[in-house]
Amino acid sequence: MNAWAKYVVPVLVGVSAIAFWEWRVHALGISPLVLAAPSDIWRAFFENFDTLMGALWFTVKITVEAFVLATVGGVALAVLFSQSRIVEYALYPFAVVLQVTPVVAISPLLLIWLGYDHVGAVLVTLAWIISFFTVLSNTVTGLRSADHNLLDLMKLYGASRWQVMWRLQLPSALPYLLAGMKICGGLALIGAVTAEFVAGSGTDLGLGWIITLANRNLDTAEEFAALALLSILGVTILFAMTALEWALLHRWHDSAVKKQG
Amino acid sequence: MSATPLLSLSGISKKFDSGTQAIGRLDLDVADGEFVSLVGPSGCGKSTALRIVAGLLKPDSGTVAFPGDKPELGFVFQEPTLMPWASALGNVRLPLDLEHMNRGEANDRAARALARVGLGGFEKAFPRELSGGMKMRVSIARALAAEPKLLLMDEPFAALDELTRQALNDDLLKLWAEDALTVIFVTHSVYESTYLSSRVVVMTPRPGRVAADLALSPPPQRDETYRLTAEFTRDAGRVSAALKQAMAA
Repeated sequence: MNAWAKYVVPVLVGVSAIAFWEWRVHALGISPLVLAAPSDIWRAFFENFDTLMGALWFTVKITVEAFVLATVGGVALAVLFSQSRIVEYALYPFAVVLQVTPVVAISPLLLIWLGYDHVGAVLVTLAWIISFFTVLSNTVTGLRSADHNLLDLMKLYGASRWQVMWRLQLPSALPYLLAGMKICGGLALIGAVTAEFVAGSGTDLGLGWIITLANRNLDTAEEFAALALLSILGVTILFAMTALEWALLHRWHDSAVKKQG
Repeated sequence: MSATPLLSLSGISKKFDSGTQAIGRLDLDVADGEFVSLVGPSGCGKSTALRIVAGLLKPDSGTVAFPGDKPELGFVFQEPTLMPWASALGNVRLPLDLEHMNRGEANDRAARALARVGLGGFEKAFPRELSGGMKMRVSIARALAAEPKLLLMDEPFAALDELTRQALNDDLLKLWAEDALTVIFVTHSVYESTYLSSRVVVMTPRPGRVAADLALSPPPQRDETYRLTAEFTRDAGRVSAALKQAMAA
């Protein structure tokens, strides 16, 4: 298979699908309330450009904040667990409970606790709860996966706990952490949008709320425009995480090393 | 042995949590400058004994004593046990980094250790770019970088092909002589132990005890041709016979 086929084929498929979509909507005379044609979506995108960009920025902010908190919090908690079994036994089950509870069910409470004036904080919290567990569990596994002989060797040379963590356990956990962060990034976006469905977005306006409003107004074209932005955002997050993974691992880890011969 | 031994094991026993009695009652003195091989069937507790000497395992009974000053230890595992994210130099520098040696001096010492095992010029290579034999050389260089007095080796060459293994045997003997090292070398190869050692300690099957303690007198300078001499054949025969007897006991 030629190298270019990897890029050209999906583009062709996408373009054909959009062309087919445009044609069918017009040919069948489908109401724009039900399914907007790509050209209508394109127009709606520019008509609402400022609103959509503002909403995109708001959603990006919520997603990034939740993602950073999830990563920092997940790693910190995993490091704490690795240092003390008792702490792990004490807290891990509750992290699991938090994870398996449908986050939507917590949002009314969070709204009461954090206040309707701080809807942004509610959204970040919800997106964080949805996304942090993958970082936590992956990092816990990663920290445990350190080579036992290397652990012994460090012990032999009188390494401190901090040295073992910094020089052995954290690098060993890095591939696991990055895999967790990749999923976490996607979940943070899902969390940011679904949280907005439930909690609204207060005085600000995110893509989730745009979709809710556009749906209520039967403005299907704008709804699709917001959806398209979400897709692009999701793909961007995935690409960014893949690039980060490659940058950190390609010299040494099998998952990122091109197979030779 | 007349002089004070470097290491003295007395009455060592070890039972694992699984209930397996790995070591029965092990008594062993090792003198400064000896090259001692521990030979025995798989699972006879030789690796366990080595870990006990290194302080990585606590014996259930008995004592590990270093009658003189406690020697600096080096440990080489059966696998190269390298950090895949670090270059060869970074791996060799590990023991120096752990004692907070300044970066420049640590780099110099690590580079010298690599050159001594024949890997000059491979400082920047990552473990995945090296062959099995080269990885093992890095592992040995790492042990040397800490300037050990007592080098503990747990079947270090068992996974290597025959030619690589012989080359590493010769290099190890050179390093042993140059640095006046004391080596405890665990192997299950009769020939490897005969070629390398000034003394071969044969252990019984589990629970491991000393079955025979043979002094060998290989020439100080030896190479491949030594494997073809009558002396080598005779010594290998002695080790082999002792091993057979230990298995039968």
